[in-house]
Amino acid sequence: MITVLFFAGLEEQIGQQRLALPFAGKAIFQLKAHIEEVYELENDTLQGMMVAVNEEFATNDTVLVEQDTVAFIPPVSGG
Amino acid sequence: MYELTKEPIQVQAAIDQVLDRNCGAITTFIGTVRELTHGKKTIRLEYHAYESMAIKMLHKIGKEVEERWPGTTIAITHRLGVLDISDIAIVIAVSSPHRKAAYEGNEYAIERIKELVPIWKKEHWEDGTEWVGDQLEQQAYPKGGPTL
Repeated sequence: MITVLFFAGLEEQIGQQRLALPFAGKAIFQLKAHIEEVYELENDTLQGMMVAVNEEFATNDTVLVEQDTVAFIPPVSGG
Repeated sequence: MYELTKEPIQVQAAIDQVLDRNCGAITTFIGTVRELTHGKKTIRLEYHAYESMAIKMLHKIGKEVEERWPGTTIAITHRLGVLDISDIAIVIAVSSPHRKAAYEGNEYAIERIKELVPIWKKEHWEDGTEWVGDQLEQQAYPKGGPTL
């Protein structure tokens, strides 16, 4: 299993902060497509969004392994 | 040196962290909560963070500053939770032997924070709420992503 984290507006849209999903061996873009479908998000809500794997920015092609933590990072607005 | 806090920020504490005998300059950047944005009135703000990653990114930015401007020391504290108008959201203190590096390193740090650190601001306007994605009304990531 992998852990998926949501923050900010996306957390409100999804309705939870954390999910556990059987996505080891699959790529980020597949995870994005799955979540868009299950949560009925508008097309491409996630495809362009930054993602971190284990707290480092990753790309859509990054392949996940067991125990990874994936975080969706909507455009940031700190400072 | 790098801190997220739900308590009011103490600017002097950040300064004290970078003060040493070899520095001849300290710059501080203090980001505060603004009431009016293009005429729209903010009641209060809320900052949320992916805390563990945010700390990691602050370390990365601090390291970039210390590498680009050798001799500088940096401290960054960002507030989280609910903030009122005029509350301090962030303080960045940079010390250096000479002032130019302290000014430049400080500006570089805040620009990188706005690009890279997973902290989000929720505006409570007088007529509703909104998660802010591009504070300067620019494309958040013109190049498709932050420059890593």
